[in-house]
This record gives sequence, C-alpha cells and structure tokens, in this order.
Amino acid sequence: MSAAVPVVPVDSPPSDIAMAERVAADQSTRRPVLLFFHSAVVWLVIGSLFGLVASLKFQFPDWLAGQAALTFGRVRTVHLNAVAYGWAGMSLIGLAVWMIPRLVRAPLYRPGLAVAAAWGWNLWLVLGLSAVLLGYTDGLEWLEIPYPIDAVVVIAGGLMASSVLVTVARRKTKHFYVSVWYVLAAMVWFPIIFATANLPIFGGVEQAAVNWWYGHNALGLFITPLALAAAYYFIPKVLGRPIQSYSLSLVGFWALAFFYSLNGIHHLIGGPLPTWLITTSITASVMMVIPVAATAVNFHTTMVGRFGALQYSPSLRFVVAGSMIYTAVSLQGSVEALRGFNRIVHFTQYTVGHAHLGVYGFASLILFGALYFIVPRLVDWEWPSGRLIRWHFWLALAGVVIYVASLVAGGWLEGRAMLDGARPFMDAVNVTKPYLVGRTVGGALMLGANVIFAYHYWLAVRRRGKRRLEPAWSDRLSRPVIAGVLA
Amino acid sequence: MNKYLSIFAGALGTVAFAFLVLVLVPRVQLSGVAAPSALAPWADSTLAGREAYVSLGCFYCHSQQVRAPGFGSDQARGWGRASFPEDYAYDRPHQLGTMRTGPDLMNIGVRQPSRGWHLAHLYQPRAMTPGSVMPSFAFLFRVKERAEMGDEILNLPPGVGPAGRVVVAAPQARALVSYLVSLKHEYPAGPAAISAAGGANP
Repeated sequence: MSAAVPVVPVDSPPSDIAMAERVAADQSTRRPVLLFFHSAVVWLVIGSLFGLVASLKFQFPDWLAGQAALTFGRVRTVHLNAVAYGWAGMSLIGLAVWMIPRLVRAPLYRPGLAVAAAWGWNLWLVLGLSAVLLGYTDGLEWLEIPYPIDAVVVIAGGLMASSVLVTVARRKTKHFYVSVWYVLAAMVWFPIIFATANLPIFGGVEQAAVNWWYGHNALGLFITPLALAAAYYFIPKVLGRPIQSYSLSLVGFWALAFFYSLNGIHHLIGGPLPTWLITTSITASVMMVIPVAATAVNFHTTMVGRFGALQYSPSLRFVVAGSMIYTAVSLQGSVEALRGFNRIVHFTQYTVGHAHLGVYGFASLILFGALYFIVPRLVDWEWPSGRLIRWHFWLALAGVVIYVASLVAGGWLEGRAMLDGARPFMDAVNVTKPYLVGRTVGGALMLGANVIFAYHYWLAVRRRGKRRLEPAWSDRLSRPVIAGVLA
Repeated sequence: MNKYLSIFAGALGTVAFAFLVLVLVPRVQLSGVAAPSALAPWADSTLAGREAYVSLGCFYCHSQQVRAPGFGSDQARGWGRASFPEDYAYDRPHQLGTMRTGPDLMNIGVRQPSRGWHLAHLYQPRAMTPGSVMPSFAFLFRVKERAEMGDEILNLPPGVGPAGRVVVAAPQARALVSYLVSLKHEYPAGPAAISAAGGANP
C-alpha cells in the first residue's frame, strides 16, 4: 500500500509536501476507517428501523405483541444501543482514526489494530443486542448489554486507543490542534467511565448515581467531544481559514471537561438521593453555558461573512447545522436541569425530545457532514448525486425538527397534566397522544433520510455512476462559474 | 511530550474528580444506610418476577421513586410516602426509572393488590384501562381449550380474548404479578423513622 504514496522532492513547496503527507495519512487509515464507516451505516439503518417500530407501538400497542423479543422495552433498547454505540460510536471512532494522522502528520500506527477493533466492536454489538432481544440485560439505561459481553468492547477499545495514542506519540508536529485534544481526552474518558459503570459492585440508589454518571457522560465525554473535534476540523478546513480563537477553543475544552463530567445526577432530580449530590449536578449543568458559549462564539466568528459557502459544500452545511443545534440543545439542557423546570418535564417525553436533538440534530448531522468530506478521499470517487445529498439534508432536518417539536410540546403538556394531582393520570397519557403521532412522522422522515444516505453511501463506495471531475454538490453552480474556478 | 502528558493528566484528573464527587463520596455516605427491618429481602417468587420486570424493560415507562410533598403530585395521587435510599437496599439492578409514561409503581401492591386485575391488565391493558398505551403482553399467556389443575385463569371482560376458550398465565406472568403486588413501601423510613426510633436507625 505504501508504494502508492506519492514521492515529492524535499525542496518542493510546503503545500506540495503537506498534500503528500495528507495522502499518506489517508492511505494509512483507509482500511480501518472504511470498516468503521461501513459498520456505522449498517447500524444506523438497523437502529432507526427499531426506533420507528418503538414509536409506532404508541399508536398500535397491540402490534407485535406475540413475541417477547419485539416488546417495546426490548425494541427501544436495541434502537438506543444500535444508534448510540453502533452508528454514532463507530462513525465517531472512524472519524477520529482518520483525523489524527492528518493532524499530527504521522501515518496511523499499525492500522491492523484499528481493523481488529472495528470487528471487535461489531461483535460486541451483535452479541449484546441479541442478548437484549432474548431478555438478557443488565437492566440499566445505556448499560443494558450484559457485562460479560462488555469485555469484548473493552479489548476492542484498548486496541484502538493504543493505535491512536502511539500515532500521536510519533507525531511530527509540535503543536496540538484542539481537535486532537478532544480526541485524546475522549480516548481516556470513555474506557474509564465504561469500565467503572460496569463493575458489578453497585446496588440501590448508589447504582442509580453511577448509572447516570455514566449515562450522561456517554454523551458528554464520548459523543460530544468527538463530534466537536469534527466540527473544529471541518469548519476551518472547508472555509480555508483558521479557527477564530485558539485560546477560546481551550476554554471550551477545559470547561467542558470539568463541568460535563459532573452533570449526570440531573437525571435523578427529585429522587431519593442526597440533595447535595443532585444540586452539584444542577450547578454543573448550568455552568455548561460557559463551554457552549465559547464554542458557539468561536464557530460563529469563523463563519461570519462566509455563510454563502453553505450552498456549495454539503460537508459544511451539515457540520454548521449540527454545530448550531449543539448550542441550542446544550442551552436547552441547562434550563432543563433547573428544579422549577425539571419539576414539569421530568419523567415526560420532553426528555426524549432533548436526547434526539442532541444525538441526531447535533452529533449525527456533524457526522453526516464529516462522511461527505472523508469518503470521496478514501474511495477516490465523488458522491454520485447532488440531488440525493439535498434530499438527505432536508429530510433529516425536517425529521428532527418535527420529532423534537412534537415531543417538546407534548412532553410539556404531559408534565403539566401530571403535575396537577386533581387530574387523573390518564389525562397525561391522552394529552400526549397526538404529539406521539407527530413523533412517528418525524421519526419516519429521519429513517427516510438515513436510508437515502445509506443507499448513496453504497453507491459511492461501489464507485457507481460516471467519474466526476468536481463534487456533486456543485451541480448548483452554473457551468461558467466552475469553468472559472478550474481555470 | 509535555503537552501530550498535560492533556492526558487533565483528562484523567477531571474524570477522576467527577468519579470522586458523583460516585465515591455518595458510596461512602450511603454505606451507613441499613435495610429497614420491615423491608423483607426478595423471596424466590418475587425475585423471579423482578427478573421478568427487568428483562421486559418495564422500567423504561414506569418509575419506582415517590417524590416528596411539594415536588410533583405524587402525594396527591396517593402513590405513597416519599422514597428514601434504604427502600432500595435489596435492589440490584436499581429500577428507579426516568419516565412516567405509565404511573409510578413503588407502591402498586398497595393501590392495586388484585392478582386478577394485574393478569388481565398485562394480557390486554385497554380492557382494564381504556386509552392506555401500554403494550399488550399476550406472549406471557397461553390460550387453552380448558383449564388444568394449577392454572391461573384470566377473568377477562366480555369481548376480550378468544371466544369459547380460556386464557391462562404462563409462569413468567405469574411471577411478574407476584412481584408487582409485593411492591409496598409503607413502613416508616427516612429522617422521620430515625427520630421515631430515638435517633438510631432500627
């Protein structure tokens, strides 16, 4: 494989050397990254299908009532694990493996380790989700996969981390770009929180605290830092200008590290745990405004005056939409943690809406944008169809907006009904029903978007269609403009 | 290497601090909580039912935590006294839950002690609670021509279930109902129980 790396004379211009290094970096990561992406796309389709079935069960509660494997409690669990660990987890890791060698200007150390990690990660999910369907579960949200099976992913994660960490140790750069900070930290954080939370030594309310310390950090210390690493990489990359403020990005990093890790117990507000513990998490949740504002200001000031580029770069369009939703969903989360607000929305569908705004609106949109950028560089083939990309974008956006708006409104009404002790409990159920139909509609659009993306991804990696000279999105540009650019 | 180490150390430090605050300190604080003498450990029959509850994912829609007066309507709904850490002394895995798509079940055995109601409700929730969105758990039941010795037969409203045949509960359904009707946390607990006992936890 290394034979294909272009050799450039040492006295070449710096841009030629940098280009050659990027090509070499991509060649070292091609195999593992594509394997992670192929797997992630399959898990995305499986996971969103299970999600739609779970949502439809609210409209048709007698549907699929014949088998234990298809009961709501198991279908929902497969949905969450498949999209969170299969789609988001595997595509984020693929992304990290692809970014790191480019950012530290050193080829990936032993790509075979990362390939083995991808197979291990898939094995973990296949075994774990089969176990869940058969009724074997640890019975803790976000930690359902039985802990003996979790040993597989611990080994896979270890292989992956060693490959990336050695790559960074062999770096040619003195400087660490902020994306490297986020990736390295996530690689330290995830194994620690995952292994700790799976220790079979906790019980009772103490286990509830560990459960949510982990549950929130799976988002806060794994999905979020890796998705932010991608946004920090692609926004400047596509625009061709540096991020506005280096120091602001570090403020965002350290504030996130410190505050996000303490957020978890806001999932248990009002519960039978020590009050100081819950208050600590509420305080940390409010303090999340600092890293979120730092990141939002940094992205926005980098984008200002260049929003026109959104029209021509699908990567930028997805990544910027995801970054804006990051700001929105984080601020929503801070408000949601306040006792007065939480009193209404806790235990309702509002929380489910919030979770989807985070994992789909923020993380998944950024991931889609990242894949639109990376895949053509790995398979040496442009995305075949600009139209499919546009359909994907608008369906995904419309789907998540309808989904979240339905559950925010429905959850609020549900909470108000539940809060009034004079109203029968069934009022809270009945008032939510039309909004649950809205959720199914939004979910169906998201599934449609995901299937279009998966189909297009398959076309691209199989190199279908005619070889394009320019990216598909530039269908939009008039021919003279392209001619002008190429000249 | 310095910057590499500082990222490493910083990441380790923050997560270790969070672990200390949110996991370790509560663990130490709660280690002094003893199981109330009035709270019995799970019996074999109820434990099997609890396993079914966990395995079927009931906790995704039902909480098991009653909130204190002034925080929500739990008291007004008659869901029982506020819950305390000692109420969960035997619970592994914990089933506190984060959703109330259905009502809280901390004291469901007090509110609804009838096995017959629970069996019929699991078989067809809408037969007992019109408008319910709870899934039917028909797979926990068997339809037979006639009942046999030891069968627990469902008493279903007219028009529900197969005509001319009987519906009986499979072992998992019976265990699940035994667990549900055992959920009663009425003994005194929390600071009130401690002061009633003269300062010591009985």
